[in-house]
Amino acid sequence: MSLVKPRKKTMPEIRNYTLNFGPQHPAAHGVLRLVLEMDGEVVERADPHIGLLHRGTEKLAESKPYNQSIGYMDRLDYVSMMCNEHGYVLAIEKLLGVEVPLRAQYIRVMFDEITRILNHLMWLGAHGLDIGAMTVFLYCFREREDLMDCYEAVSGARMHATYYRPGGVARDLPDRMPQYEASRFTSKSAAAKLNETRQGSMLDFIDDFTQRFPKYVDEYETLLTDNRIWKQRTVGIGVVSPERALQLGFTGPMLRGSGIEWDLRKKQPYEVYDQVDFDIPVGTNGDSYDRYLVRVEEMRQSNRIIKQCVDWLRANEGPVLTEDHKIAPPRRGDMKGDMESLIHHFKLFTEGFCLPEGEAYAAVEHPKGEFGCFLVSDGANKPYRLKVRAPGFPHLASLDEMARGHMLSDVVALIGTQDIVFGEIDR
Amino acid sequence: MATREQNMLEALQAAFPDNASIQHSLDLIVMDVTPADLIAVATELHDNPALSFKQLSDLAGVDYATYGHDEWATDTENTASFSRAVNAASTGSLTFNTGLELPASDRPRFLVAYHVLSLDHNVRLRLRCAAPDDAMPVVPSVIPVWNNANWYEREAFDLFGILFDGHPDLRRILTDYGFIGHPFRKDFPLIGNVEMRYDSVKERVVYEPVSIEPRVLVPRVIREDSRYVAGETPKKDDA
Repeated sequence: MSLVKPRKKTMPEIRNYTLNFGPQHPAAHGVLRLVLEMDGEVVERADPHIGLLHRGTEKLAESKPYNQSIGYMDRLDYVSMMCNEHGYVLAIEKLLGVEVPLRAQYIRVMFDEITRILNHLMWLGAHGLDIGAMTVFLYCFREREDLMDCYEAVSGARMHATYYRPGGVARDLPDRMPQYEASRFTSKSAAAKLNETRQGSMLDFIDDFTQRFPKYVDEYETLLTDNRIWKQRTVGIGVVSPERALQLGFTGPMLRGSGIEWDLRKKQPYEVYDQVDFDIPVGTNGDSYDRYLVRVEEMRQSNRIIKQCVDWLRANEGPVLTEDHKIAPPRRGDMKGDMESLIHHFKLFTEGFCLPEGEAYAAVEHPKGEFGCFLVSDGANKPYRLKVRAPGFPHLASLDEMARGHMLSDVVALIGTQDIVFGEIDR
Repeated sequence: MATREQNMLEALQAAFPDNASIQHSLDLIVMDVTPADLIAVATELHDNPALSFKQLSDLAGVDYATYGHDEWATDTENTASFSRAVNAASTGSLTFNTGLELPASDRPRFLVAYHVLSLDHNVRLRLRCAAPDDAMPVVPSVIPVWNNANWYEREAFDLFGILFDGHPDLRRILTDYGFIGHPFRKDFPLIGNVEMRYDSVKERVVYEPVSIEPRVLVPRVIREDSRYVAGETPKKDDA
């Protein structure tokens, strides 16, 4: 008989615990706080706490004339600025019944697609970084720089452009693409290399970009598409069936990744999307890998659309802002000599314009999904109520369902695949 | 109006013969519904294959307390000039603990607008449901019909104080932990009620009444505009 008693466990084995993730975690894509209930390393429940970036954009918009809130829209989803503006401006135009000149429509479509590429590059880089692919991030930011230069050339700001206006766009495309100067940060030879493609007009530069870009996308794909680690981390992660995707309010690449062919650019075309030729990529399995493939293909399609817009814009001149000076300011030169223009200018910048009483909902195919603006007007020069339908909001709401049963490290992959940006979710 | 919208309008009128509010407006169909009927109507919209509104795009609360009220009377003459707007009581000019006297109105104060989308028929519908009681606005929750209503309803509760009967988890979502009030109501000041800072003596974060001065830069104006006759699409201006 042994004298040694069987060892009693002094501590019960605790497997369930609650984990706080964020809000200051690099993989939280901004300020997401996640309260995770874990069973070992498996997620049992994920409760996202949002609102840490809530600025009350909609309430602010209620206190400003319509044309002063366009800049707030840039700051919603701060990686796809012009698409946000587009949704807001469309809602105003719908209530006003104002016609947008054809050239402005093409410019808008071109910049929507530039924005889509900007957004998807940011997403691809960050998603790669989350899962451990460092190189893609550097590649993506190399191309983003060129597109940001387009933003800057046309609006003066690299990101928050305020370029779309009710009735058109702020101004026509510049005749010369701005060039780099040698400085402490850019050597003479580096500047000369950057300027090689910047010798002509802005359209020449974009044209050249569309020639180069498919090869860049090939580079990203070489790094990721058949990469074993990438596939291990994304295939079968966060599978959403088509039925659930609809119930969860998915739009954009999230919905198309689940196999539902729905794109507002095709189904409810706005501007000149029915004039340009492009395809809608659709996934089959509804997992993170399919959503990756969908977004990469979207970049190629956007590139096609940009090319078509460049060709059209080269061939067709015309106004880019409506001539209705009750809505859009008259030219500065006119204002100096013409009394009527001076009055229009004064009224527009002191009081703004009034919208007819009514309600409007305008939606655009934003890079992340459906970006909608619900506008209630009581006939005043400020919105009575503006509700922004942010695509990321229902996506993040589904994180609980998507993360259940996955490992903790997959939560990071899921946040990546949802393309979360807090500017739009918290508003 | 596109044919698909015309067809949907007829299908809706066939499905809800008692509802006289169904109409086409701008580019979607608008329909009013009472809270008592909301769940039945929503279920029908979702399940009826002729309607098939499978997706809830958006849910927005609206506070109609100051609807149609401007800060600058434009129909009478006045010698006070710009100051008449600066002194007017409005959301933008409220400060800490000064309530806004809400104008009397016979319409319900709170309304919930649901934007639903039928992918099969490619039509949007705006479903409007007004909460009858202004002091305690309650609307049934549509989560069983459209699952993603969960966060939207939490948001409308947080920002407007609209209660959703049957919601499993009606917590605040966008505002801070321990926030008081519903910030998107028209009687909630634009500058907020409290501000916070780190107090080095108490060694913690403290909340204090806001110190910012409220100001209205551009007054709210409603202009009588002959181009926008009620119910008609705006006409082209020849000026």
